[in-house]
Amino acid sequence: MSLVTALRIPPTGLRFENIDKRYGGLFALRRVSFEIAPGECVVVAGRNGSGKTTLLRVAAQIVKPTAGKLSFPGAALASHGRPGYVAHTTMVYDELTAEENLLLFGKLQNVENPAARAEELLREVGLMERRDSLVRTFSRGMRQRMAIARALIHRPSVLLFDEPATGLDPPGITWLANSLREVKRAGCTVVMSLHGESEISALATRAVQLDAGSVVADTQSGASLRSILTFGSA
Amino acid sequence: MSLLSTTAILLDKELRTEFRSRELLTTTSVFILIVLVMFSFAINPGTEEAREFAPGLLWLAILFASSLMFQTCFLREQTNDTLSSLRLAVSDPFAIFLAKVIANTLFLLLTELLMLPFFAIFYNIPLWSKLPVLILVLFVGSLGISIVGTAISAISAQARMRELLLPLLLLPLLTPVLVVSSLVTASLLDREPVVQWKGIGFLAVFDLIFLTALWLFGEYLLEE
Repeated sequence: MSLVTALRIPPTGLRFENIDKRYGGLFALRRVSFEIAPGECVVVAGRNGSGKTTLLRVAAQIVKPTAGKLSFPGAALASHGRPGYVAHTTMVYDELTAEENLLLFGKLQNVENPAARAEELLREVGLMERRDSLVRTFSRGMRQRMAIARALIHRPSVLLFDEPATGLDPPGITWLANSLREVKRAGCTVVMSLHGESEISALATRAVQLDAGSVVADTQSGASLRSILTFGSA
Repeated sequence: MSLLSTTAILLDKELRTEFRSRELLTTTSVFILIVLVMFSFAINPGTEEAREFAPGLLWLAILFASSLMFQTCFLREQTNDTLSSLRLAVSDPFAIFLAKVIANTLFLLLTELLMLPFFAIFYNIPLWSKLPVLILVLFVGSLGISIVGTAISAISAQARMRELLLPLLLLPLLTPVLVVSSLVTASLLDREPVVQWKGIGFLAVFDLIFLTALWLFGEYLLEE
């Protein structure tokens, strides 16, 4: 069983229109406008504090933009819930077991047969043997796998990853890259924030660079894409 | 998914996590017990003075213990940013509040029921014959404390000086509940007990007003 089985849904795009996000007097995002086509795999790059996390949190609909409009052209999101979001933190409960966490989020998102879906994902992320262990007993890498499983529980058509390789060892990164490759092949739209080049960044077909909350570069060409990932100019 | 089914799923999570760690129940029970024991030395048990002051002390102890409970109510959700995952997963954010209000009320009631025998012994006040009405008063009072406390907890969890902010906001808002609950309990524990239905009604109306406010404005309290 693979992650692809999770994502047999019509792909959805993402459209940011003049998005501003202000915290007090500080602009985290300023007039951000670009569109991501269904099935595209986009890397959002930029230095610390450039607005990558805020952009992903706006896309995940956790943060409401101060101004501007976010839309998901291409598919009926209502039937598949919101985008799947993997953040810096795991976004799961330490006092619940791996299986209880997935069941909780599966039930909340109206997943059909949440127990079977949880089992399928636990097997896929390699945590089947620890299904009854409390998440607080997990290592950083296992927690990251758990976070990815939670994000995929409701079969989202848009996946948002905020530095997804954090805490993963080299085999874990290879596993994540393979999983993302499958997800991409299935037509899922993937947006991820990354630092530097890696096995995961090689999957990207486009890079958007942020600086001080504004889009300063947007490219699909290989050389420029690599340059953006290393914070050079496009 | 309906509000009630979402609330039931979230309530199950609240109860499961608490009964696994027992952090809140232990802290609040021990706190109330300490307050009751300390003041039992200051007030002569079985006297008129005890009957007069003990109900107020009981409610003060409940209020301060509950503030310990609310301190961690939403703070727990920040540890792994689980509040964000809940907001992503639920369609109606009021379900998050409702589950927490119900869980907090149950935890408070359970603590109070555990503490009542100690209260009766330390202050030499017989409770058995008044127990059903006393439980009703404890319920409506604790529900009011939980509704306001949960809302304030959501606000203070995002603030920098959260430890100071919570009691500063909580105590003035809960003064009516504290005063009325103490008066109703005092009348009930009097040598000639009287059930003050008007007081119980006031507490019920207070609960309803604040629950409605939470339903209307709760979503804004969860925004980043």
